[in-house]
Amino acid sequence: MRITVDVDGTRYSDEVEPRMLLVHYLRDQLGKVGTVSGCDTSNCGACTVHLDGRSVKSCSVLAVQADGHEVTTVEGLAQDGTLHPVQEAFHECHALQCGYCTPGMIMQSIDLLEENPDPDEQQVREGLEGNLCRCTGYQNIVKAVQSAAGTMREGSAPQAGGAR
Amino acid sequence: MTAVAEPASSPAGEFGRSRARKEDAHLITGRSRWTGNLTLPGMLHMAVLRSPLAHARITGIDVSEAKSMPGVVAVYTGADLAEEQGDLPSAWPITPDMKKPPAPALAVDTVNFAGDAVAVVLARSDYEAHDALEGIDVDYEDLPVVLDLESAAAEGSELVHPDLGTNVSATWKLDSGEAGSGGDVEQAIAEAESSPDGIVVRRTLRQQRLVPAFMEPRAVVVDPNAQQATMWSSTQIPHILKLMLAMTLGIPEHKLRVIAPDVGGGFGGKLQVTPEEVLTLLTARRLGKPVKYAESRSESMQAAHHGRAQLQKLTLAAKRDGTVTGMKVELLADMGAYMRLLSPGIPVLGAFMFNGIYKIPAYHFSCSPVFTSKVPTDAYRGAGRPEATFGIERMMSELAAELGIDPLEIREKNWITHEEFPFNTVSGLTYDTGNYEAATARARELFGYDALRREQAERRERKDPVQLGIGVSTFTEMCGLAPSRVLGSLDYGAGGWEHAQVRMLPTGKVEVVTGISPHGQGHVTGFSQVVADRLGVPFDDVEIIHGDTQSAPKGLDTYGSRSLTVGGVAVAHAVATVIAKARPIAAHMMECAEDDLEFTEGRFQVRGTEKAVGITDVALAVFAAHDMPEGVEPSLDSDVTYDPENFSFPHGTHLCAVEVDTETGRVELRSYVAVDDVGRVVNPMLVEGQVHGGLAQGIAQALFEEAVYDESGTLLSGSFAEYLIPTAADLPSFTTDRTETPATSNTLGVKGVGEAGTIASTPAVVNAVLDAVRQFGVRDIDMPCTPMRVWKAIQEGAR
Repeated sequence: MRITVDVDGTRYSDEVEPRMLLVHYLRDQLGKVGTVSGCDTSNCGACTVHLDGRSVKSCSVLAVQADGHEVTTVEGLAQDGTLHPVQEAFHECHALQCGYCTPGMIMQSIDLLEENPDPDEQQVREGLEGNLCRCTGYQNIVKAVQSAAGTMREGSAPQAGGAR
Repeated sequence: MTAVAEPASSPAGEFGRSRARKEDAHLITGRSRWTGNLTLPGMLHMAVLRSPLAHARITGIDVSEAKSMPGVVAVYTGADLAEEQGDLPSAWPITPDMKKPPAPALAVDTVNFAGDAVAVVLARSDYEAHDALEGIDVDYEDLPVVLDLESAAAEGSELVHPDLGTNVSATWKLDSGEAGSGGDVEQAIAEAESSPDGIVVRRTLRQQRLVPAFMEPRAVVVDPNAQQATMWSSTQIPHILKLMLAMTLGIPEHKLRVIAPDVGGGFGGKLQVTPEEVLTLLTARRLGKPVKYAESRSESMQAAHHGRAQLQKLTLAAKRDGTVTGMKVELLADMGAYMRLLSPGIPVLGAFMFNGIYKIPAYHFSCSPVFTSKVPTDAYRGAGRPEATFGIERMMSELAAELGIDPLEIREKNWITHEEFPFNTVSGLTYDTGNYEAATARARELFGYDALRREQAERRERKDPVQLGIGVSTFTEMCGLAPSRVLGSLDYGAGGWEHAQVRMLPTGKVEVVTGISPHGQGHVTGFSQVVADRLGVPFDDVEIIHGDTQSAPKGLDTYGSRSLTVGGVAVAHAVATVIAKARPIAAHMMECAEDDLEFTEGRFQVRGTEKAVGITDVALAVFAAHDMPEGVEPSLDSDVTYDPENFSFPHGTHLCAVEVDTETGRVELRSYVAVDDVGRVVNPMLVEGQVHGGLAQGIAQALFEEAVYDESGTLLSGSFAEYLIPTAADLPSFTTDRTETPATSNTLGVKGVGEAGTIASTPAVVNAVLDAVRQFGVRDIDMPCTPMRVWKAIQEGAR
């Protein structure tokens, strides 16, 4: 099947197998390997991207379902060399160790902050429930999301990337 | 942070500085280099057909349909590779008579666990390779399945490997009476039993099977066509892997290169030489094409090694005033179906830790590795030490409860006081330093111990359905694996040294080569700080090179909290060598005597004058080499191999409060305080991160995780839908703090932190749960302490 998808601001048109998952399309066909896959049951969230501005697990979306839509991956967040406030906060707060869950965790955090710009600790924890991290114990991830929320509320940072 | 002893100097003030990581830039922007990201021209994809049965004879395999499927280049079975594949390495024969079955990468005539590899397909794409697995037809003849550890060890059990004649591989013993490190434990037990002033506490504790569950599933790519066959692998151990592949497959060592690019966690789970690595290498060589294998999570759960899985029969003898007089440990350790790289050595590491931080006069430890029809076990975060710490810390709390003594008080009564260091333990180690009093006092204060005890009493009094439990864990661990002579005495197949090289470049930048292999810990940042501190160069001017046997040719990799304590110390020694080499050159440049120079903050200064040259000036002068002192070579590079003289012994006091709903059995973590003493700290932020993550994993063992098999040997918890690694919503925020008692066994005073949180937290949580429900007659609850188990324990106890 032929699909046309905007990914991180570039339009792609490709033939794909109907069964191809969006995460495999991004990685294997487009070389967008910044988005990773960590499980086969939609539990871990490592593959989280934005589809038309809302977070989805790209392992549970078929590539053909993205036809005609906009996808933003972690690779499309930084604008003109400036990191997204959530990326910056993950770095500053030591919210990543091995970094494998990080792309999905960052994409989900941005989605969470879109819905609730001023979450308390429990709201952050519940908002990230679909994304697993094995290294950090989540404490610094929670801290980073709250720190980024502060930065974004002050409006001193650029808006969220591409798809918004 | 409470400074307990005067920390050694940090010349440039880098120690104790929470620098954000150099590693992050590419990881937060998606420019990461996971093995699974690699694509090489002409690369084939390998898929593995795995046995659905736990124990069976292979009576026939038909691959003809698979071979004819689209995109399929080759299909191999065990029979095809039997000549080449050799045996997967097992590097730790714990006794001379240890029994060990053959361990082929691809099963040849029998499968021994559900997930054992039976055939591989090589195809143009990953989808096509997996499609073709459906075209392989295997005939199996069922064999008896052996699952329960205790019955597997019993006489007359069905056998996992009939040729061995038993499921019990070996028995390893340590007895303080025989070793001369303490008294006779049987006598201590007999005395405690016969005396009115004595007490003997017996428990059989279970360490469930766990899955390391690193977030990046394992992946391997092999390019057989480079000058050296090159393997990229998601591994913790590129150096050991290279050596083992050379030794087991007969490939000349200099014709192999192993690269560990970005590695997404390991926790011991990637401390392995895997069947999949061997198969990727063999098939790539056979076909002359690059081959990639990337496992799914389900494959990872069923085929990558598991951890823990012990049955601990424990006997603690004491006086009624709480003074411990003896400890006896009888372990059964579930090996699963094969011995992997370190399998039988893991429980043996625990032998040195069952005495914990205590002065125990008599000690006996025995351990029998036992085969079962399950995936093999091997290192998982802490590797033998969490199991041992759980044993002793649970037993100390049980003793306290039986005697009606506060669990902190009973520990204080028995622990090594800070004046008693260095202390020779009953298991034969020498603890160099420690200050259990300081860590405990700080933890007690942060936790609000006395107030929580009062609240607990009130809730008991009013029969609140939600009861409060307080758990204590005062742990230590042996880190910095390891002095080579000690490993030799334990019959381990290698040493425990580490290598470092420091290269001063002409422009004053510094390249540091290390043999450790990070996979999330932040070593690039931490080691840069060590170098910047000692060499007086800017943090950003230091590059750390690792994880590639071509650019970092020598090393023993990352596990056992050894990276900073052994690898980092090696780097510090290599820096010292650079400074020593620069000194005569600097003296020559300034026409002064070497003794007149002092080196501070990157400069050689003539004492009492303003005259100085920087180490970077010396580097440039050495590069030009126009005017070197007589007989001095034009190089500032250094090459150091450091073998530690002793282990390091981090310790800490962890306190946990849980609320147990006695009507539903649900356990809620209310607060958790961890005060760790990991010696001198290079980067507090990284240390805290290690503690947080460690706590999460240890708490997960106590409350959430277990690899469960059904009666046919099928793994029921075979994905993240059933194997419950905690989410953000399952955990509270932890309160962490440190005391700082520098190690005296290494020049940096560091002790290691990678495993501390995991080791300490499991018994703290379980002790807390029991503290809440002991009033109903409960004396033990198997982990994980799920609502069902806790509720049942209350019902049974209350009967």
